[in-house]
Amino acid sequence: MSYFTGLILLLVSSAIVNNVVLSQFLGLCPFLGVSKRVETAAGMGGAVIFVITIASFVTSLIYKFVLAPTGFEYMQTIVFILVIAALVQFVEMFLKKSVPSLYKSLGVYLPLITTNCAVLGTAINNVSYGYDILESVINGVGVSVGFTIAIIIMAGIREKIEYNDIPSAFKGSAIVLVTAGLMAMAFLGFSGVI
Amino acid sequence: MNKSFERLINGIWKENPTFVLMLGMCPTLAVTTSAINGVGMGLSTTVVLVLSNMMISALRNIIPDRVRMPAYIVVVASFVTIVQFLMQGYVPALYSSLGIYIPLIVVNCIILGRAESYASKNPIIPSMFDGIGMGLGFTIGLTFIGIIREILGNGSIFNVTIEPLNDFHITLFGMAPGAFFVLACLVAVMNVVRKKMEEKGKPLPAASGCLGGDCASCPSSMGCSSDNKTDNNQ
Repeated sequence: MSYFTGLILLLVSSAIVNNVVLSQFLGLCPFLGVSKRVETAAGMGGAVIFVITIASFVTSLIYKFVLAPTGFEYMQTIVFILVIAALVQFVEMFLKKSVPSLYKSLGVYLPLITTNCAVLGTAINNVSYGYDILESVINGVGVSVGFTIAIIIMAGIREKIEYNDIPSAFKGSAIVLVTAGLMAMAFLGFSGVI
Repeated sequence: MNKSFERLINGIWKENPTFVLMLGMCPTLAVTTSAINGVGMGLSTTVVLVLSNMMISALRNIIPDRVRMPAYIVVVASFVTIVQFLMQGYVPALYSSLGIYIPLIVVNCIILGRAESYASKNPIIPSMFDGIGMGLGFTIGLTFIGIIREILGNGSIFNVTIEPLNDFHITLFGMAPGAFFVLACLVAVMNVVRKKMEEKGKPLPAASGCLGGDCASCPSSMGCSSDNKTDNNQ
């Protein structure tokens, strides 16, 4: 299997087979919180794709060229969370100055992403699976696209079930969790693909 | 002493992070495939929570208000790294079964939430008991969910197989969808309890995690937005 085929398999597996929300439970907060409408869900998805891809690239660069040569691998959790927090601030300032139209659509969601466990989780996974820099970026793209797929499907379903007759105890977040469970069951079907 | 005891009961019962506040849902869903994993995750979170609460409370007059969130994150991340090393050394089996969720204790809503809402305003001893109470409450919650999922999904409790149950186990409950279903039922039960308590005139505190409605209510994202405010002021 060539390197290139490996990358495509990695992309599909991180986006669909091992979906970040539905099989690894990372990034549940925005998945449950910002999925009331399809437009906001798509905005959140876009912001997550942006941040996770950049964060995967930067953290794997730092790991490879700063932490690994100096023997400070065990500092990865501290370094990564600070890098991600700084990165989100930086991306926000950059978008505000140079791409105001994109900032308008993503800006509100960016601060919510700093402590999103999907970002830190992806950065740590990249290191623990031993991915090189290109593989890390591809994995980041896959994870965040998987998140976007899941949150948009969820928002579409939630717009429909809003008008359904739900037992009073299950109203609100309980029915959303049942929906997420059914989606996770559907995504289990992909598990034999790769 | 009375206040410390009150903090302990508050965390375990009145403001239980899993059942009442609904905080820290990522690890709650992810690691509760068995009761023993739930206990392990709960106890490691407790250790980090107690230590970080004490440290943040001790430093509460030193840390400037504008950089408090990054400072809290560094304190929590340091303790998480220490706990990670200890677990790798002494309980390698548990370490490998909890995997990535150990470093992710850093972004657990409970820890930053307690730092922000309690430890940053109170002396060391009450903060320590607050951490113990909240941590034990979280451990009890995770263990409870772990027991339910282990019985349904594997027909055993704490790895001890129960013969009659073993014949009827539903593997799905040990996998990802089962976690969502069990939590959904828990939330539904708590909705009923909330209603009953309100009718009695003793309302429970509102759920403050991501299940409370939106991410903006999460204490850690509140920190991000206040960071932004300071940015705008500059």
